[in-house]
Amino acid sequence: MKLKQTIGTSRITPYVFIFPFIASFLIFYLYPIISTFIMGFQLVYPGQVEFIGLENYRRLNNPEFKVALKNSFRYTVYTIALLIPIPLLLSVWLNSGNKSINTIYRSILYVPTLISVVVAGTIMRLLFASSNRSIANTIAIALNAEPRQWLLAGSSQAMVLLLILALWRWVGVNIIYFLSGLQTIPDELYEAADIDGASPLQKLWRITIPLVRSTTIFVTTISIFGGLAMFEESYILWSGTASPNNVGLTIVGYLYKKGFQEGEMGMTSAIGIVLLFIVFTLNSSFLKIFGFFDTEGRR
Amino acid sequence: MMKRHVQYSANTVIKHIVLCLLCIIYMIPPYSLVLAAFRPGRDLLRYGITLQTLIPVGLNFSTVKGLYTIRDGIYFIWFKNSLMLMVVQTILALFFSSFVAYGLSLYRFKGRKIVTTMVIFLMLVPIQILILPLYKLMITISLINTFWGVFLPMVVSPFAIFFFKQYVDGIPRDLIDAGRVDGLNEFAIFFRIAVPIMPPAFSAMAIFMSMQSWNNFLWPLIVLRSGNKFTLPIGLNTLLTPYGSAYDLLLIGALAATLPIIIVFVFFQRYFIAGLTSGGVKG
Repeated sequence: MKLKQTIGTSRITPYVFIFPFIASFLIFYLYPIISTFIMGFQLVYPGQVEFIGLENYRRLNNPEFKVALKNSFRYTVYTIALLIPIPLLLSVWLNSGNKSINTIYRSILYVPTLISVVVAGTIMRLLFASSNRSIANTIAIALNAEPRQWLLAGSSQAMVLLLILALWRWVGVNIIYFLSGLQTIPDELYEAADIDGASPLQKLWRITIPLVRSTTIFVTTISIFGGLAMFEESYILWSGTASPNNVGLTIVGYLYKKGFQEGEMGMTSAIGIVLLFIVFTLNSSFLKIFGFFDTEGRR
Repeated sequence: MMKRHVQYSANTVIKHIVLCLLCIIYMIPPYSLVLAAFRPGRDLLRYGITLQTLIPVGLNFSTVKGLYTIRDGIYFIWFKNSLMLMVVQTILALFFSSFVAYGLSLYRFKGRKIVTTMVIFLMLVPIQILILPLYKLMITISLINTFWGVFLPMVVSPFAIFFFKQYVDGIPRDLIDAGRVDGLNEFAIFFRIAVPIMPPAFSAMAIFMSMQSWNNFLWPLIVLRSGNKFTLPIGLNTLLTPYGSAYDLLLIGALAATLPIIIVFVFFQRYFIAGLTSGGVKG
């Protein structure tokens, strides 16, 4: 009788536990996603809407959005190209040798993560200020290069600034991810390799890289996500969405501009759907290829 | 044998040189912040951060007064707002996320698999794409320019659920069953048995969540409209303009907003890192 009662309550209890998630999912995720999807086909005026089919998507075929797409994709590709190999190699170093010194290195490299994007972007602007005396231009002059107005100089300089900021902010986090991956590799593998006379490079290539595969997949996934959704960094560096020749414009920057500055609800929604589609297709196919969704099945 | 030993130490030397250099480069921005905060705003406006800025002489500590005087000390209102939001958001997020995670991990029920998949899926939805409909929703339910509007959408975090679920998966089921034998109901088991053995998970997530809240930018930027409702990042952002920024308050304010986190980090390092790793990847 007692047992039956317990089972009886248990049948509803799980749903009580997951209720907060279901409620928040419906209100703050599902409803916005559906309404974005619908608005993407509409022309929205205050108080009235008109269905215009794919017109909003057709209007995305404009030079400005193409610049935004190009900037976001370039940023994503470069950040992945930098923010995976560099932290991986550094974490290999930090995984061997004197533990307390390594902890100090690791902590220092992690500090930038704690600093808000507003503060980080402000310091960046001041270090790369246009005057000949700013740190960046002092270095440029010392290297016999032309001093520049970094923020205004053009799209490659803008990309360099964004990448320096990204490298500074995220290397520490990715090191932590890779370190936790490295700690799962049994020492015996390296010892066996030593006996076989393997060089450090061979050990890296044959043991470390294959065995941190799932960490690499995870870091790549969050980098795709973070790279394509990047906006705040550029918003701070150029004080808003109006950078010269749109050198700092990103997909989300364009979305913000259309939605919150120009009030183009329909077009904004179309941008959102395009971004969701890109991120989701890239990530889910990527994860599927590397079998990340299996975790649930294995349990 | 001899040769290998020499090569090994050469490697070590290179390693330490590279890491030391890197650490120095990485400390330039925080170091610049500390020194620039005690320099006159007009010099920063004119020259940016220069070599002279970075030499620790001639610091003018009276810039601290800016925090009190500029705009009638609105800085402290921003600070208070940030602090309050951080505490409320973190406590609620910890409670709801661990609650949901416990349900997902412990029970076998219809729809469990779908919900778990949804949690993972939502971790991949960039919140940025939802800001417009969320903003419209906030207008509809009159939560625009309120703190409720800032934290409500954040209190059930898919990431935190995922993190806690991994942790609850590791709790021995015997403990839970012992609670049932003692006649506790399922909620009492959660509060009295599960929660008390999860402090490491709670501390890690508390640090992670409070940092996220403290530094959150885009969503509060959209929800909060009036100056006395701003959080620190939003308030500081209003001091940045393309034509000339109010560096007097901006930098000392940025320093005062950053220092507490760095101090907390120095003491609770372990938890910062635990929050990242145990949730994210399993080897």
